[in-house]
Amino acid sequence: MIRDHFRVLVADLTTGRGTVVLEDGRDEVAGGSGLAARLFARYGRPEAPWDHPDQPLILAIGPLTGAFPLMSKTVFAFKSPYHDQYTESHAGGRSALALRFADLDALVVVGRAAATSFLDLGSRHFALRSAGFLAGMDVQESGRLLRRMTPGSGHRTILRIGPAGENLLPLANVNVDTYRHFGRMGGGAALGAKRLKAVVIRGDADFSLPEGRAYNDLFARVYTSVTASGMMKKYHDLGTPANLEALNEIRSLPWRNLQATSDPAIEQISGQEFADRTLLRNSACSGCPVGCIHVGYVRERFMDEHRFLYRQVAYDYEPIFALGSMLGVTDTAAVLTLIDAAEQTGLDAMSAGVALAWATEASERGILSTRETIDPLSFGESAGFLRAIHHLAGAANPFYATLGRGTLVAANEYGGADFACVLGQEMAGYATGETFFVAQSLGFRHSHLDTGAYSYDQKNGGQDVAAAVRFLVDDEASRVALTSMVACLFARSVYTDTVLAECLDVLGYGPLAVGLSSLGPRVQKLRWQTRLATGFAPAAVSIPKRFLQVSTWKGPIDSTYLDQLKEAYAQAILDLGSS
Amino acid sequence: MKQLDAPRMERCIGCHSCSLACARLVHRRLSWDTAGIRIQSAGGLSGAFEARRCLACDPPPCAAACPTGAFAPRPGGGVIVRKKLCIHCGQCAAACPVDAIHLDRGGEPFVCIHCGRCVAFCPHSCLELIEKAAAGPAVTGEEGP
Repeated sequence: MIRDHFRVLVADLTTGRGTVVLEDGRDEVAGGSGLAARLFARYGRPEAPWDHPDQPLILAIGPLTGAFPLMSKTVFAFKSPYHDQYTESHAGGRSALALRFADLDALVVVGRAAATSFLDLGSRHFALRSAGFLAGMDVQESGRLLRRMTPGSGHRTILRIGPAGENLLPLANVNVDTYRHFGRMGGGAALGAKRLKAVVIRGDADFSLPEGRAYNDLFARVYTSVTASGMMKKYHDLGTPANLEALNEIRSLPWRNLQATSDPAIEQISGQEFADRTLLRNSACSGCPVGCIHVGYVRERFMDEHRFLYRQVAYDYEPIFALGSMLGVTDTAAVLTLIDAAEQTGLDAMSAGVALAWATEASERGILSTRETIDPLSFGESAGFLRAIHHLAGAANPFYATLGRGTLVAANEYGGADFACVLGQEMAGYATGETFFVAQSLGFRHSHLDTGAYSYDQKNGGQDVAAAVRFLVDDEASRVALTSMVACLFARSVYTDTVLAECLDVLGYGPLAVGLSSLGPRVQKLRWQTRLATGFAPAAVSIPKRFLQVSTWKGPIDSTYLDQLKEAYAQAILDLGSS
Repeated sequence: MKQLDAPRMERCIGCHSCSLACARLVHRRLSWDTAGIRIQSAGGLSGAFEARRCLACDPPPCAAACPTGAFAPRPGGGVIVRKKLCIHCGQCAAACPVDAIHLDRGGEPFVCIHCGRCVAFCPHSCLELIEKAAAGPAVTGEEGP
């Protein structure tokens, strides 16, 4: 496990064969984000479209995966169906430890299967298995069948797509072990284009550890800092939904397609309300004692005489924003029902909610009618949204097929681009101000986790373009170091540079520990070079007018400052990407 | 004699911290397999997690099956393991009625020795090291750490 190179399995779906490749560069890129970019340089085709059979799907873990708490994430890199450029998506579940115990630093999938198939692999087996019977099957049912067909309960990961991915929709996600996701940027369609319904990885190898007490002592210290200090309380108490009320309070929670940033109805969908009314249990990613996954339940009366079914639905801040406040849905059970529909059809909940919010406003304005939407869409009416999610995932008509490619694609065809809430991709739930709008629009993953811009907005009322850009660049670099390990970003306050260096050193990654300060900037640069080589033009990015109409705790958005910040950050990205 | 018990598995979140701790601290391995306690999801009707672990049979059938004396009955239940005597025949695992013994790819058996070092790493106090005489129904309502 502890090696100065990378052990990579390249799975070719066209031939059904796998090849183990030893790749160097450990001390330069560590793993995770850095390894993925390095592998894209070797296997990717920057000039070819995302659905070209040669394009690789890359899953990468890091040098600390499984060896320390919260080193529990996997980086998924691919050419995005959303913008046809290089991107990453991150997820936990069991994916990271399953790869670790399959004795792989990365899995690269190339080629295209002849028919719907799944990959079944571990440290001692590899097979591409034909599975036409899984075609079109929802995420829950396909998961059940895959569990039955593959051994390793508890020690395997099952990555799978739903109908949305099979329909090649850029809003489709990859489900990871039921409650986690490679959610954004269309990873589901990237699998769909390869006719790859699922990847099952069994972690069935084990490794020796360094002699002496140092490793065990350091592990115990890190574990204590994670569990005993209260540092992680916010993630396992109410969880990320605690932010709903907080963001609403500072007028930064998008409501009804960002026509408002605060609403008294927050009381009905607050984190406390979800916990009190729906929380069933917590769950955790493998190797993380925090247990931030909040699983709620919703029951549904499907017949008279008290005949009920129930669903277990994981909830978080972002899906509640996207399928709750953004759609004006303020009933916890209704929100969970919508989240579950997105889950089962394999749609990214955030993207789907924001897309439907646009479609709803467009309907109210008369731009769209039921000729396009099939069912009437109205803010607050969850029944219509439930049907619309199925229409969207199924690409039920030309309108939904277009919307499934992204809100702006639909807006450019049908009208209404001014109020499309798109910041590089469908917005995350932070209407905090200029810094966040620019950061998500230009950010590497177009994710709220690329940088702490939403936090910067809340702490800085001033307008200092240079300081804001410096923050974005530096903060991204520090996060890239973590996503090369690969840490959960919830642990960013635990894994300071000093602690990271200790962890690397005790495992025997001395050169990485010594050179840690340069790792983040180096991988940051490598990622941007990779992205730019696939066509990203940051200066061409525009921010829809709706975002200029927002008013936050700082007052109305200042469009002049927004433009200056956007221009300066775009230039900073180009500078980062220059060789 | 102390015994590892898992009286509050309904609290388990599936983090595998116990397995990783056993492998790390007892066996000096990085693994969720080569450990005396292993977590699996038990789909079934309840959808819970279960801990595969030695239930401290007395007398232990695994020790009876062991042809070399590597597994010997432990006073109070369970086994004392002397790895140097083991020939990796796998008879112990085959004899275990609850699949509590893991064989690695070389056939080396891994079984709980009831040392309790995993207990401190469970964030929800699912596990407990108890005196056998005190074994009984789960205590409900007890606060975790």
